Amino acid sequence: MSYTLWIILTGCLVGITCGMSGVLLLLKKMSMIADAISHTVLLGIVGAFFVSQSLNGLPMLIGAAVVGLATAFFVESLHRSGIQSDAAIGVVFTSFFALGVVLISFIGDQVHLDTKHALMGEIAFVPWDTLQINGESYGPVAVWMLGIVLILNLTLIAAFYKEMKISTFDPQYAKLIGVPVVLVHYLLMGMVSLSTVASFDSVGAILVVAMLIVPGATAYLLTDRFLTLLLLSGIVGIFSAIIGYGAAVYWNVSIAGAMASATGLLFMVAFLFSPKHGWLMKKVKQRRLAAGS
Amino acid sequence: MMDFFSVFGFDANTEWVLTGSLLLGFASGTIGSFVLLKKQSLISDAMAHATLPGVCLVYILFQVKSIPLFLIGAALTGLLATQAIQLIINRSRIKTDAAIGITISVFFGFGIVLLTYIQQHFGGSKAGLDTFIFGQAASLVKSDVQVITIGSLILTLIAALFFKEFKTVVFDPSFAKGIGLPVRLLDGLLFSLVLLVVVIGIQMVGVVLIAALLITPPLAARYWTEQLGVMAFLGGSFGAVSGISGAVLSTTIDHLPTGPMMVLSASSIFFLSFLFGSKKGMFTRMVKQL
Amino acid sequence: MNALTVNKMTVVYDKQPALEHVSFSVPEGSLTGIIGPNGAGKSTLIKAALQLIPARSGSVEVFGQPYKTQKQLIGYVPQRSEVDWDFPTNALDIVLMGRYRQIGWFKRATNKDIEWARACLEKVGMEEFAKRQISQLSGGQQQRVFLARALAQDASIYFMDEPFAGVDAATEKAIIQLMKDWKQQGKTVLVVHHDLSTVEDYFDHVLLLNKRPIDCGPTQSVFTIDNLEKAYGGSIAFLQKTTAAGGRQ
Repeated sequence: MSYTLWIILTGCLVGITCGMSGVLLLLKKMSMIADAISHTVLLGIVGAFFVSQSLNGLPMLIGAAVVGLATAFFVESLHRSGIQSDAAIGVVFTSFFALGVVLISFIGDQVHLDTKHALMGEIAFVPWDTLQINGESYGPVAVWMLGIVLILNLTLIAAFYKEMKISTFDPQYAKLIGVPVVLVHYLLMGMVSLSTVASFDSVGAILVVAMLIVPGATAYLLTDRFLTLLLLSGIVGIFSAIIGYGAAVYWNVSIAGAMASATGLLFMVAFLFSPKHGWLMKKVKQRRLAAGS
Repeated sequence: MMDFFSVFGFDANTEWVLTGSLLLGFASGTIGSFVLLKKQSLISDAMAHATLPGVCLVYILFQVKSIPLFLIGAALTGLLATQAIQLIINRSRIKTDAAIGITISVFFGFGIVLLTYIQQHFGGSKAGLDTFIFGQAASLVKSDVQVITIGSLILTLIAALFFKEFKTVVFDPSFAKGIGLPVRLLDGLLFSLVLLVVVIGIQMVGVVLIAALLITPPLAARYWTEQLGVMAFLGGSFGAVSGISGAVLSTTIDHLPTGPMMVLSASSIFFLSFLFGSKKGMFTRMVKQL
Repeated sequence: MNALTVNKMTVVYDKQPALEHVSFSVPEGSLTGIIGPNGAGKSTLIKAALQLIPARSGSVEVFGQPYKTQKQLIGYVPQRSEVDWDFPTNALDIVLMGRYRQIGWFKRATNKDIEWARACLEKVGMEEFAKRQISQLSGGQQQRVFLARALAQDASIYFMDEPFAGVDAATEKAIIQLMKDWKQQGKTVLVVHHDLSTVEDYFDHVLLLNKRPIDCGPTQSVFTIDNLEKAYGGSIAFLQKTTAAGGRQ
């Protein structure tokens, strides 16, 4: 497969993985938790580097997952101790992220991990970092990691579809009728953390946040059905990746930044022109009603 | 003030940087108290991230490195971002947190696009726009710091001058209207203070983390007092301490970025307040329960 | 036999007690109204009893057994304002949520469950709205969807939190009819209610509450001006007007 196709495939996998788990957070009104986790994951990766002295998959995955869950946990604890939730999110993620950035500056030039990398990722290098078994190359590591996380996410969503739906819509009622609400919540947090980690190294914090929040929001303006919403979030993520890549190549700019901008562009289109919930479409409808009566 | 720092053997430029970081920290801590009470912490974060495309656009349009122009561009896109959040909330079914998240990631992503565009087409590393992301005190020249210093002073003065009015407007807008205060005007003024402190702070602290200087110090102050006046002053002081210690550490130790160091100082103060604060600190509460 | 017994329930919000040592019991097959002024802790009481919010102390028994082992007997209609009706799904889907225990883990709803849910919607006069998105229903229709969801649970005790708040006449009728049906089937119903003028028409038992229980028992003996004065305190002048047709001397 060609260089370009690998990059586009990686972008699409990020789009579908983050899009589908992010829209569940959107419905729980926890989008900013996604923002927080995708920043703090940096600390997990740097921490794992200090412990294992390498940037290999597994320690990084564990470190990032631990810090991701810790973020969710600290935000909830602070909130429960009486701090308003937006401020709690603000304090936790800026602290962790700042710590991560400062630690990176101690690593210096030893590895290809720097602050710019943390924000923008290195998606252009994805095709070169391939999975090697017995000297054979089996495609980029990032694609494998994202693929595995995607399959895991899909399995979890399929298995706990009912539970996720009920506990998102009405958590108190869910608890009453015996849905394991807390378990489902942390499963979701785990899904978000894993999606973030798998995406972070190749596309950086900006694009992870964008893909977690924006495609879901776009889909939310386009449909009123739960299953369609999940699928559409993934599809919007894929489209954003493709449009973004095209724009990045055309203007020779950051691929991650361009993909993030593309999510914004698609959101704007839905915001204005969605048949049911678009701003302009609603206005047109109102005008027609007014003219008719 | 100047003589005080020279005791530590810093050169004149560093002294300016330290004074600037001190005053910037104080201004953001004070103004942040109101942001916190208005529950707009994350909106200020969106505003901060959104200043990046503004700075870049100004550079692409005028192709000069001019701090006043940069700041105008930053203020414009920062303002645009808050308007976008309001528009999304009011005109669609998207709720506040998602609206903020969308704005942060899209504006910042677009900023990165512009930044790489500048590097490709104008050899923009000369422009030093990268430093706007995490802030770099060491790269500041005297005129930059003067903007920060004088700006912070003026903002703090305005906050102090209208303190009573802001307090009433933030706490109970309908009461404020009842007693004849120009609520919309004061709200607008307060908003401008937040926007301006973000804008003058980005060079030193960076767009990614400047919001932390608005959020964390006043939140730490909450653990020591329940009075807004004391909270604003204490928040300002915590901010000042964070600002100056961050600046000192990042100028004396190589490679340390300024913004993250300031934020780490503020986080440490928050953590200590969370544990030992005299009003709501964890240990204080435990002792009271015994 | 008592369907529900609450023992010394205390709930604290922000160091302020919301409920203090509330004890009462409700006989099986009764229709009980939970009445009291704003801030009396009516909704708090049923949420704490159902362990949806933490109680500082107290215990709950359902048919003489600890609540924990009896959860499957409980049906619940929360306040309409507690959920986000922009959630992307239709009315039938919400009602199917009530069948969760019967459907079980990892399984999809069968045709039988769907038939059941449709029948519940029909009972509250909502059969034609089964496939309608919930965001496009009126307030009263949303309330009826919640009623159908509780109905689908096929529970023995039903808790309803202000079901009559801001609903249209058709919905009010549907709620009253449902309560009558439940009573006929020997089920127990507890309703948080604030319209004093209808208390005597709707309920055979009343729990009068103001952070502490004022009185609990059959409506005739509890719903008196004396008791109301104790519960509502200073606002009694206003009360006498609104309950002119209601409370007895």
